[in-house]
Amino acid sequence: MTFKIESHNHPSYVEPYQGAATGVGGIVRDILTMGARPVAVMDSLRFGRIDAPDTARVLPGVVAGIGGYGNCLGLPNVGGEVYFDDSYAGNPLVNALCVGVMRTDGIKLAKADGPGNHVVLFGARTGGDGIGGASVLASATFDDDGKPAKRPSVQVGDPFTEKLLIECCLAIFAADLVVGIQDLGAAGLSCAITELASAGDVGMRVRLDVVPLRDSSLAPEEILMSESQERMCAVVEPEKLARVLELCERWGVTATAIGEVTDTGRVDIGWHNEQIADLPPRSVAHDGPIYDRPIRRPDDLDALQADSPAVLRRPSTVDELRETLLRMISAPNLAGKRWVTDQYDRYVQGNTALAHPHDAGVIRIDESTGLGVAVATDGNGRYCRLDPYVGAQLALAEAYRNVAACGSRPVAVTDCLNFGSPEDPTVMWQFAETVQGLADGCVELGTPVTGGNVSFYNQTGSTPINPTPVIGMLGVIADVANRVRIGWPEGCRLLLLGSTRDEFGGSEWAWHVHGHLGGRPPTVDLAAERALADVLVGAADAGLLRAAHDLSDGGLAQALVESAIAGCVGASVRLPGDPFVALFSESAARAVVAVDPAEEAAFGDLCAGAGVVCTVLGETGGSMLTVDGVFDVSLDELRAAHKSPLPARFD
Amino acid sequence: MTTVGARVGARVGARVGARVGARVGIVTFPGSLDDRDAMRAVRVAGAEPVSLWHGDADLHDVDAVIVPGGFSYGDYLRAGAIARFAPVMGPLVVAAREGMPVLGICNGFQVLCETHLLPGALVRNVAQRFICRDVPLVVDNAATAWTSAYENGQHIVVPIKNIDGCFVGSKRLLDELEATGRVVVRYADGAPNGSMRDIAGVCNETGTIVGMMPHPEHAIDDLTGPGVGGLGFFTSLVSRLVDA
Repeated sequence: MTFKIESHNHPSYVEPYQGAATGVGGIVRDILTMGARPVAVMDSLRFGRIDAPDTARVLPGVVAGIGGYGNCLGLPNVGGEVYFDDSYAGNPLVNALCVGVMRTDGIKLAKADGPGNHVVLFGARTGGDGIGGASVLASATFDDDGKPAKRPSVQVGDPFTEKLLIECCLAIFAADLVVGIQDLGAAGLSCAITELASAGDVGMRVRLDVVPLRDSSLAPEEILMSESQERMCAVVEPEKLARVLELCERWGVTATAIGEVTDTGRVDIGWHNEQIADLPPRSVAHDGPIYDRPIRRPDDLDALQADSPAVLRRPSTVDELRETLLRMISAPNLAGKRWVTDQYDRYVQGNTALAHPHDAGVIRIDESTGLGVAVATDGNGRYCRLDPYVGAQLALAEAYRNVAACGSRPVAVTDCLNFGSPEDPTVMWQFAETVQGLADGCVELGTPVTGGNVSFYNQTGSTPINPTPVIGMLGVIADVANRVRIGWPEGCRLLLLGSTRDEFGGSEWAWHVHGHLGGRPPTVDLAAERALADVLVGAADAGLLRAAHDLSDGGLAQALVESAIAGCVGASVRLPGDPFVALFSESAARAVVAVDPAEEAAFGDLCAGAGVVCTVLGETGGSMLTVDGVFDVSLDELRAAHKSPLPARFD
Repeated sequence: MTTVGARVGARVGARVGARVGARVGIVTFPGSLDDRDAMRAVRVAGAEPVSLWHGDADLHDVDAVIVPGGFSYGDYLRAGAIARFAPVMGPLVVAAREGMPVLGICNGFQVLCETHLLPGALVRNVAQRFICRDVPLVVDNAATAWTSAYENGQHIVVPIKNIDGCFVGSKRLLDELEATGRVVVRYADGAPNGSMRDIAGVCNETGTIVGMMPHPEHAIDDLTGPGVGGLGFFTSLVSRLVDA
């Protein structure tokens, strides 16, 4: 397996449709260049307030762009997130993740080798779009007036060409025709050829005048820097060149031998009879500047952490609790996201065993054995604002829990780190804390980070976004037929796993009901997360789980409502302890599961063995969600409250 | 494997022994997406899928053809408008007119409308958005080559996923389709895309050519789809070919 998440934040603000679309295209090419067949995508999205005028511009465009591009590639979109927060108003986050499958002996490297081999550019023709896209756009802070100065810098995507490129590459890989391959991303051809050459410790001679152009007036430096989408660069042995060109022609992909690998150790770029550049490739590809940025803990952090949510007024009567439940499940961050996910094809390729609104997307990768993978993305900017070290670990823990809750063993991490300007010492401190938190957390969970992306300069004027590391977690499941859904069947025992504390710092309740962000985020206990995951995965393997749902934003109340709506089955629940805390606390390392009453004892043994606290909540069944002594709400009322906020705003 | 699939598969397998199995061609255009999925459904139904390439004007002795979903030629100009000129469409149109069963799914339906093998047209969904959703359908005509495994009035659930799925036609055409039983499937809870008279799929005069926007190949098991509601389209064909 290979997987990676990458940001396309700034282009998506300037031009939401194309920005988001090319974000999908770029990450898919990254996976493809490994020699892998892309099998699924997902997107982690953050916007300004749902009722901000600009959100009405950005969100529909981003969603349509992801759908318009991804649907046309034939890749199922199986999950992700959508969040709203003022902090992203002038700086939406669009993080795209792609998963691919390959044989380990089929891995392709971005490395040129063998003097005399051809350098082949194939895919779309090169145009004037996206010149300086990464350097002037991604690394620029938007002005206060929100008017981007670099509109033409956004690349324009053509998913049809990308689809052909995917099929063409897979045919080329299957025939083992390339020595090395690299996609053209930021800084276009200049970056691709220097990276290929320096990775292989060779030289390269390239002629720009043979590069197929969309715009014949392009100057050689523009050809070098163009970020036109849907292009790849491969190194091909002379005797295989004809076969590569033939496969490209079969798929209608333009392919041109633009140069060759040399033993000079220098990249020699020519245009007609003129030499444009002659330099050692390492100077461009590897010998980048090393920064030593000043770091300072934000001055307001002590005050922020001291501003405890304990002072906030809590619902005290049963009527207030009922009203709070309905208000919470219709909060923009907790409401149903079908308005978004209905615009993504989750079925194509016929291997989707779970998709949104489940805890993770599950994809079958081997039809004969049922072997599959699960993927989830999570992040919480509010927790990270309060404590970036803890917040990063909470995001990691949630992604880990989500993957385990669907019955799959978490094995690896990719991360997309979204921050303000690194030139701001307090942002740099948030970044350093986050990276340390993730590094320590991954060691403790035993999940290596295989790659990812850092996005800086996400700020408007001098106000940065909340620090937002988004974690993608990959899990493995031996047989996707054993995946666990969130929806309950009738007649099951409902059990709460893990311990609930009075934890409301950075919670959705504090934010949505009181507009409050302060105190400390929930406690992280990665040993407890491991134990919980062991129980969830073990029980799923043993066929003991009829349903499972992790607890995170919005707490137990949100999990109960989502499960009830997904399965169209209600439940009768008895809450342990204070009902408000039980319902809305966001303590980590928790999940709610449904088991067959006959298997409750066996499941209890599993929990006891792992040291996971297991509390009986009640039974599933009927068409009401009843909380003993507190309230009952019909599924119809829950469904209406949960599904309406996005359509009401964007239809 | 589902019970329906197992039952039909076993029956077909038993009969196929003497005869060479039914061969169903699946066309791949540049931009076809659900071609492999259609092949899987054909296999589950007990027939042999045969890949047909858009640039090859040869049907390779198949007994039936499925034109699958996707965005053929990027759906540039108009969905299905360029695909109709593909070399493979020449022999396909001739064979279809001579009675070969043809099923167009989603983009395939659009292609069959563009070639005038089927009446009407598919235009942009009324909400102007792509819609991916499990939809309840009712089978209006269980006598076509692709629907004989169902009963008239039977309800099934099959996913839709398209942006140009709104079926339109003149009042006269729609009246005629309804009067002659050529509406094959309708949206049971109202058309999510604005299709006139809730039409989800139609057929030619003889019921051999069917086009539909919902994707039956994505409803062939409980694991990867919303149940087995779509499998009948493929088993209907296999029964017909094996009984022939």
